[in-house]
Amino acid sequence: MSIESIKPAPKELEGVVIRFVGDSGDGMQLTGTQFTDTSAMFGNDVSTFPNYPAEIRAPQGSLYGVSGFQVHIGSVEVSTPGDSVDLLVAMNPAGLKTNLYALKKGHTVIVDKDAFTKKNLEKAFYETNPLEDGSLDGYHVIEVDMSTLTKEALKDVDGLDNKTITRSKNMFSLGMVYWMYHRSTEHTIDFFNKKFKSKPELIEANTKVLNAGYYYAETLELISNSYTISPAKMVPGTYRIIMGNTATAWGLLAASEKSGLELFLGSYPITPATDILHELVKHKHFGVKAFQAEDEIAGICSAIGASFAGDLAITTTSGPGLALKGEALGLAMMIELPLVVINVQRGGPSTGLPTKTEQSDLLQAMYGRNGESPVVVIAASTPADCFNYAYEAARLALEHMTPVILLTDGYIANGSAPWKIQSVADMPEIKNRKVTKFTENWHPYKRDAKTLAREWAVPGTSGFEHRVGGLEKDSVTGNVSYVPENHETMTHTRAEKIRLVQNNIPNLKVEFAQQGDLLVVGWGGTYGTLHSAVKQITEEEGFNNIGFVHFNYINPMPKNTEEIFAKFKKIIVCELNSGQFAFILKANFGKFDFQQINKVQGLPFSNDELIQKFKQLL
Amino acid sequence: MEATAVKKYTYKDFVSDQEVRWCPGCDDYVILNSMQKALPEMGVEKENVVFVSGIGCSSRFPYYMNTYGVHSIHGRAPGIATGVKLANPDLSVWIITGDGDATAIGGNHFIHVLRRNINLNIVLFNNEIYGLTKGQFSPTSVVGQKTKSSPYGNTQPPFSPGELALGANARFYARIGGNNPKAMTQIFIEAHRFKGTSLIEVLQNCVIFNDGCYTDVTDKEVKDDKQIYLEHGKPMIFGKNADKGLVLKGLKLEVVTIGENGITEKDILVHDAKEKDPTMHQMLIRLAYPIATGIVRAFDDVTLEEREDELTKKIKAGSKYKKTDDLFFSGETYEVK
Ligand SMILES: Cc1ncc(C[n+]2csc(CCOP(=O)(O)OP(=O)(O)O)c2C)c(N)n1
Ligand code: SF4
Ligand SMILES: [Mg+2]
Repeated sequence: MSIESIKPAPKELEGVVIRFVGDSGDGMQLTGTQFTDTSAMFGNDVSTFPNYPAEIRAPQGSLYGVSGFQVHIGSVEVSTPGDSVDLLVAMNPAGLKTNLYALKKGHTVIVDKDAFTKKNLEKAFYETNPLEDGSLDGYHVIEVDMSTLTKEALKDVDGLDNKTITRSKNMFSLGMVYWMYHRSTEHTIDFFNKKFKSKPELIEANTKVLNAGYYYAETLELISNSYTISPAKMVPGTYRIIMGNTATAWGLLAASEKSGLELFLGSYPITPATDILHELVKHKHFGVKAFQAEDEIAGICSAIGASFAGDLAITTTSGPGLALKGEALGLAMMIELPLVVINVQRGGPSTGLPTKTEQSDLLQAMYGRNGESPVVVIAASTPADCFNYAYEAARLALEHMTPVILLTDGYIANGSAPWKIQSVADMPEIKNRKVTKFTENWHPYKRDAKTLAREWAVPGTSGFEHRVGGLEKDSVTGNVSYVPENHETMTHTRAEKIRLVQNNIPNLKVEFAQQGDLLVVGWGGTYGTLHSAVKQITEEEGFNNIGFVHFNYINPMPKNTEEIFAKFKKIIVCELNSGQFAFILKANFGKFDFQQINKVQGLPFSNDELIQKFKQLL
Repeated sequence: MEATAVKKYTYKDFVSDQEVRWCPGCDDYVILNSMQKALPEMGVEKENVVFVSGIGCSSRFPYYMNTYGVHSIHGRAPGIATGVKLANPDLSVWIITGDGDATAIGGNHFIHVLRRNINLNIVLFNNEIYGLTKGQFSPTSVVGQKTKSSPYGNTQPPFSPGELALGANARFYARIGGNNPKAMTQIFIEAHRFKGTSLIEVLQNCVIFNDGCYTDVTDKEVKDDKQIYLEHGKPMIFGKNADKGLVLKGLKLEVVTIGENGITEKDILVHDAKEKDPTMHQMLIRLAYPIATGIVRAFDDVTLEEREDELTKKIKAGSKYKKTDDLFFSGETYEVK
């Protein structure tokens, strides 16, 4: 590698994708998060995706023990964590082996040369050292003796054991990357000061190593090129970086405050939904009642009980858990109580791919119960808008006295992005249907003429004592009824009640071409990938005949759905399953021809595969 | 909740307008009447009472009570009742369940609700059969019992709900014959007063599918000789002539006759329902002769709501977060201009 004596002027980039990979113990998540936060504060738009091993303590150096964190930063809007990588930081051979495929040809990989020992190479099943055998020709390889340099930097710091020293080498790599992208180390040093308040030796050690990496990159000028990414043009306001699951939890907190109802969560841990439970249990100060039940069934049942008693009730889970909740969800639908059910989808069926993403629970959400039991189904599309759709799920449940299933997925739940902070004061009103003053002839299934929603009489309210249950009930009195015609009436009423939610949701908006040859249709967590693919085709390749519409409301669908479909010659439905949304569309809008792009690999769509397929249709 | 200003109720106030549909002669009627008689004595407002049931003949119960009620799904009443109680701890919450509902399909929820010690009450109608589905054996049916699903005799050994409950750390357990409304009414009142989860097992006769399964212990003629009605602080004496008693011999309870072999009343064990150690309570539950009825165990312990409430108060007082804005705008935020 040649040492350049003159440092070139920083190169301007629109966006760059960086992936930090290493052993589970190498601190890659922290490294990635620090880089993300610093970049966001610098004004970049960011989108991230962590990728941890499914095993909690995978053997050190093993291929399946590799932990990674990908971040996409941009001076323009970025809507995905990115497909291919511009800079790969590999802390060990296993990380290099499992991630090199994603690095763009000719781009840079930084490796900790010290970690390429015989033992580690063997664990990664390298027969020869990739740093020596020419297999990295065609990439720009920066080999750094990171472990040695870290030790060197810390030789004067007292009170550190070997483990602590080895562990801080991730900060050396972060320092290098900060320099490469003209980021200040200030934010991360602040972070050390807070995190290690009571351990000054750790503040000193981490700061030293971070600076050592930074200066190493700077003064030795081993890096041939250095890039800057200018701030993105974003809507002015106060922002923070938020993970999808946190945004979901916060949306519920906001709905609780706005509606004036106490928040109750009944849940059972399951990947990738557990972080919502983890988040909500922290907020006892807001009066949140988070109950970890003995299983998913008890989780939803406790939420049904809390809803009966007047709380804003939530249950959170992933696919297998939703299957267990099916019968109870049918009860909630039958007794017409407000209930928010959040399903953070993962790869199925059965235990499937717990840590991977998929959209394959759509039909389960729609139909996965005995009898005809319609509920509202909505889906969030980005980490940040999990906030809005969690809020929206609560609003619709309370205003329409119905269970609402909110679908998110592992990709947006674990991904993070800037969120323009929303104050509860600016959120839409939430009305609830609680009764207070008793009127003659009241009965529990008396309905609002416009919405068909019943009233909510909660225990403790005198005069309204009543019984609800899973048996069919008389459409007028609410008493148990086995009358055949009544059952049909009630079945239709329950379906109609959900259809009428249409009047309380926004219309669809088409992005890019408003009419033309091809309409790209998506739903839920694929928004970012679909949006950036259509954007690229439109803006960079000059197509002006491709439109994009994304569904957040699935049952019922927005009123103008058919009108939009009619404006395009071809419609392509893209989803991470074998065609579940397409199936629903075909059943509801039979006069259109829906083509499909499907992927069931536990992975998001890649930009390239989408663009290629869209072009074939244009 | 047991405020002084509670309305005066009578039995009738708790009778709903729904026609009761159990088979004539079913003990479920006795349980319903006892409950309707007990409620006015509890000093609780009608609107603050919630009955939650699963599925089974027994679980029809809430429809007949003029209070709030949920007739839910098979085995899941404990989950729903837990949610009701955590949402509003001021309510008097009752779970109504059967032996199949509680110990078969709902076994998991049953043990966990007992473990947590939420201040609610469970009435388990144990008829040792699945009534509603027309007569299959249940986890409490005895070996050899001929039922629709065991025509040659049941081969699955049963467990006892009381033993199971104590194994799950139940704080309150009572057992009573389904034909004993007076004692049952009193036990319901005591269960309501007890702070924590109370379990009342009713030995309930199903006249259709398992008639007479308790006759040898509950029949008027034999009841006093075959049952011991336990009362806290009183000697464990039973029998028509009140001359039988229980003593401890080695690790077993033994029946003795007062006045024989020099036994006096002083030798008889005294019932301590409030003892934390459940060993003696378990021995009483296991006893085949006499069958222990009355309140076997009533150990006063901290409830889940008390723990939750204390924690919430402490956290609220020490927290800088009063509104969600305080949280959303806290920590690492940045301005875009
Ligand atoms: C999920 C489910 N499985 C099975 C049933 C059918 N089922 C209804 S009640 C019952 C057994 C009831 O027995 P028990 O709890 O002892 O109540 P009993 O009728 O004896 O009072 C069964 C199996 C059901 N309703 N739901
Ligand atoms: S079937 Fe048995 S338990 Fe059910 S109502 Fe009739 S007698 Fe009672
Ligand atoms: Mg039974």
